[in-house]
Amino acid sequence: MPDFLLLMKSELMITLIIFILLIIKLGKGLRNEQILTLIQVLLLVNTAIAAIITEPGKLFGEMFQSNSLICLQKTFISLALYLVSLAFSGWFRKTEHLTEFFVLMLSSVLGMYFLLSAGNLLMLFLSLELSTLPVAALANFELEKKKSAEAAMKMILSSAFSTGIMLFGISLFYGATGTLEFVQLAGAVHINNLQLMALVFLISAFAFKLSVVPFHLWTADVYQGSPTPVTAFLSVISKATMAFVLAALLFKVLAVFEPAWHWLLVWLSLATMLIGNLFAIRQTNIKRFLAFSSIAQVGFILAGMTGTAVSGTASVSFFILVYIFSNLAAFVVAGILSDQFQVEDLEGFRGLRKKNPFLAWMMALAVFSLAGIPPAAGFFGKIFLLGSGAYSGHVWFILLAALNMVVSLYYYLKIIRLMFMEESAADPVIYSVSRSEKFTLVICASGIVFTGVFSWIYDYIYRISS
Amino acid sequence: MSEQSYILLIPLMPFLAFLLLGIPGKGAFSRTAGYIAGFAMLISAAISIYTAIGYFSDWGKLNGVYQQLNPVHYTWLQFTPDLSIDMGVLLDPVSVMMLVVISFISLMVHIYSISYMKGEERYNIYFSFLSLFSFSMLALVMSANIFQMYIFWELVGVSSFLLIGYYYQKPSAVAASKKAFIVTRFADLGLLIGILIVGFQAGTFDFRVLIEHLGNPGHEILTLRQNDFSPISWGMLLIFIGGAGKSAMLPLHIWLPDAMEGPTPVSALIHAATMVVAGVFLVARLFPVYYFSAWQVLPIISWVGVLSALFAAIIACTQTDIKRVLAYSTMSQIGFMMFALGVSGFGTEGLGFTASQFHLFTHAFFKALLFLCAGLVIHHVHSNEMRDMGGLKKSMPITHICFLIACLAIAGIPPFAGFFSKEEILMAAYERSKPVYWIALFTSALTAFYMFRLYFRIFWNANPHHESHHKEGPAGQLFTLIVLAAGAVVLGFIPFGNYVSTDGKPLSTGLHLVFSVAPVLLGLAGILTAFWFYKKQSDRADRFASGAGSLYQWAFHKFYIDEVWLFITRKIIMKGIGTSAAWVDKNIVDGAVNLSGNSTVRFSEKIKKIQSGKVQLYGLVYLVSVVLVVLIIIYFINRN
Repeated sequence: MPDFLLLMKSELMITLIIFILLIIKLGKGLRNEQILTLIQVLLLVNTAIAAIITEPGKLFGEMFQSNSLICLQKTFISLALYLVSLAFSGWFRKTEHLTEFFVLMLSSVLGMYFLLSAGNLLMLFLSLELSTLPVAALANFELEKKKSAEAAMKMILSSAFSTGIMLFGISLFYGATGTLEFVQLAGAVHINNLQLMALVFLISAFAFKLSVVPFHLWTADVYQGSPTPVTAFLSVISKATMAFVLAALLFKVLAVFEPAWHWLLVWLSLATMLIGNLFAIRQTNIKRFLAFSSIAQVGFILAGMTGTAVSGTASVSFFILVYIFSNLAAFVVAGILSDQFQVEDLEGFRGLRKKNPFLAWMMALAVFSLAGIPPAAGFFGKIFLLGSGAYSGHVWFILLAALNMVVSLYYYLKIIRLMFMEESAADPVIYSVSRSEKFTLVICASGIVFTGVFSWIYDYIYRISS
Repeated sequence: MSEQSYILLIPLMPFLAFLLLGIPGKGAFSRTAGYIAGFAMLISAAISIYTAIGYFSDWGKLNGVYQQLNPVHYTWLQFTPDLSIDMGVLLDPVSVMMLVVISFISLMVHIYSISYMKGEERYNIYFSFLSLFSFSMLALVMSANIFQMYIFWELVGVSSFLLIGYYYQKPSAVAASKKAFIVTRFADLGLLIGILIVGFQAGTFDFRVLIEHLGNPGHEILTLRQNDFSPISWGMLLIFIGGAGKSAMLPLHIWLPDAMEGPTPVSALIHAATMVVAGVFLVARLFPVYYFSAWQVLPIISWVGVLSALFAAIIACTQTDIKRVLAYSTMSQIGFMMFALGVSGFGTEGLGFTASQFHLFTHAFFKALLFLCAGLVIHHVHSNEMRDMGGLKKSMPITHICFLIACLAIAGIPPFAGFFSKEEILMAAYERSKPVYWIALFTSALTAFYMFRLYFRIFWNANPHHESHHKEGPAGQLFTLIVLAAGAVVLGFIPFGNYVSTDGKPLSTGLHLVFSVAPVLLGLAGILTAFWFYKKQSDRADRFASGAGSLYQWAFHKFYIDEVWLFITRKIIMKGIGTSAAWVDKNIVDGAVNLSGNSTVRFSEKIKKIQSGKVQLYGLVYLVSVVLVVLIIIYFINRN
């Protein structure tokens, strides 16, 4: 088998699925349910293919690279994608343009795969654009809602802005070093004012995608306005990819600038946790709440990146896995609430235990994991992140980060209190949970329970990170 | 696995009882639950005692030195190639001693509860919680590394939370359990960060390896005697904060008196004998690390300990709820154990360490006894308040004698158990820190006073208000009182220094008769004062209290520490966070919305609003941030 078939297996598979969907669309013979089942099967296959760990290799004059870690990261993304396709089946079935929706979403994922494998700044830029533009269209998918249009508008405008600045940074690097290839760039860069500026421009684009404070302003509006599956996609899959890429970029390509970006990350991390937490406390809309709480989570991811290359990469990758399960579970429950009863307010959780104990317990598990309460996997994820941050020896930084964990308890436990300790004033309505939603939640729950306890998972990630 | 792996049964038995009783839910085993849990505890206690005998007389010693043994070991989470979290069992004199204390007291409390809790609706749930607690506490003291210990530490906190809130229909019980949970969680956070810092600095979480590293080359970071706080010292200080929260040390003690809302046997087990001494155990477990690497923390420990002892004793003199008096007395006694560790040296100078563990051991018995007696008294008069009691010595003879023995023991009157351990503590303080010694001496006189105040008010004083005709109590409960009272009499004669010391070598802890004169005389003086004030009903005490004026009021209101905490949490933290978030929300978020114009209907205007409003603002913020970050970074990099 030629090399490129193996190295690019995930990219080829996604492209194949996109073409299959386009052909189906031309045929117009199938109902939504059938198309959805087909998509789910194809995405499961895609996950399985991604999980085949291949030998490291490079293609197209180092434009494209792959190794075990990248394979694993693509597997996480594919798994999350599969779970998204299952989790929101209720919404998908009702959507008029199901195939278009998935063609757009898969195009974005294709961009993300290339982004993870990029070996060249130009490639990085192109794939970043490919991963962003379709999402703006997705955000606008609820055509009848003005909020949805507004979200798309805001997203496309602000990301155009960040893209411009990033491109500026890339061209500065090219001007200073004469190369765009990662391997050569890593050796050619050195600390001076021009390149520091380029560094910040480059990092700011990823900070924007990750909603790092102060580049986060778009997040809550876009999350709130977009359809729930798109919000979940943005919050889980897109963030996961960007965190992976940022870690790789910092540790592999821009390692020379460590003295500069180390402190940058420390301060951004603190600001992000703090602002995310403070705003999350005051939100009443579920999606805005999840938006700000996930901003706070990103602060912890940055804290992990302040460690050494290996511990940083490993702890971030592990946390992302946990984060996929926990955050997705929360979004699925939120999606069921908003989908069936148009409840978008946190009050919707009131007395949920009575209305649907299964949903309440799943949400509780997700919240426990997000809040980092042992023995949920989120606890281990945060421990590894803070542990990695502790390597640099700033005790005060870890203290402040941990203090933020306590603050976050306040609003996470508020949801628990609403669900379990308070009675709903309104008549009890029964939320029905479809089989695929139940299946997703069970997978997420077992992920939350077992990822932390099965030590070989972190062990393996740590081994391939070095 | 080794031949001692049978000790896994010790925590396993109560765990099985917990599963068996807890899973079926409310109402199952409504008659047999107590016997099932008690039987499991009996086996645990038997194995613990068997282990202790074996350890202390046979396989624990190597060349006359008690060893730290790891009979069970399993690598669980690998952090980095050289840093992992293991699961295992660590046996050393301290943990073996704790195993005996916990399983034995727990057994007594189980027996006592069988009849005490009879007729409760959630009888089996009570016993399943009790078993869960016993399991977690036993597992905690057996833990081979800090991280494993932390897991059980949390579990102990959870089971304590569940038991305090057992009467969940009572709002005060719910509030108390919440308070206990929040305060200790806050402290536990310190513990967790401390664990992380120490683990990463020292390269291990394992107690045994950590202590072995202390003397070895290649780990100089551990024994470097810097004058200012090293990261290790900070870590160890944070770990102490965790311990102080669990052990109700100043100023984190506020949860303990409220925790008395739980059933009385629970107070005896958890909030007197076992869980609250976990902090002392934690410091003792890490004592060599404190001594060699974080010696700056030891004075902090001793001052926190001795001030807690003093404060709690003063407050105990003014409280009228008998369980609260006992709660403050517990806090005071734990303060004794804590400062004994703080003033201790190492090796031949390690008297404080031995004394602290000795006091922990004897205190468990007489304090559990006091609580169990109090439980009977409360059942008898249906009130926690002293004013509803008095003259009970006729109707409750056995309780009366047992209570008296426990009071004598805690007051440090020879030959009761508390005398020996308290003498050692005072001796250790006298040798190493005079100010601590004087405060401790005064506190121990106060102890005698408030304990006998309690004793005279319950059993002497006026005629009983309640001409109660029902029996003193079921035989099972009286049996446990007698067993514990026997313990409070004889346990002081154990040559404790032969078994438990800082370095495993026997330590001679002879009695110094001359030295004992002062504390014993002061103790007697305290008792006589109480006798004079409270034997008969009189207004002497009230007159004295009004004479003491504001001091009495301060002490009666527990020095307003609860109020200070309330002020800090409500007014400063909640309001501070709340108002700042509200300000941002109102002035920035709303302001931005208002800036972009009020709602309009037509879509064209909508577009205009989006274009001219927020998004531009977002872009502006983005650009300004990027430029600022660039400038700051360039400034700092060039400055260095």
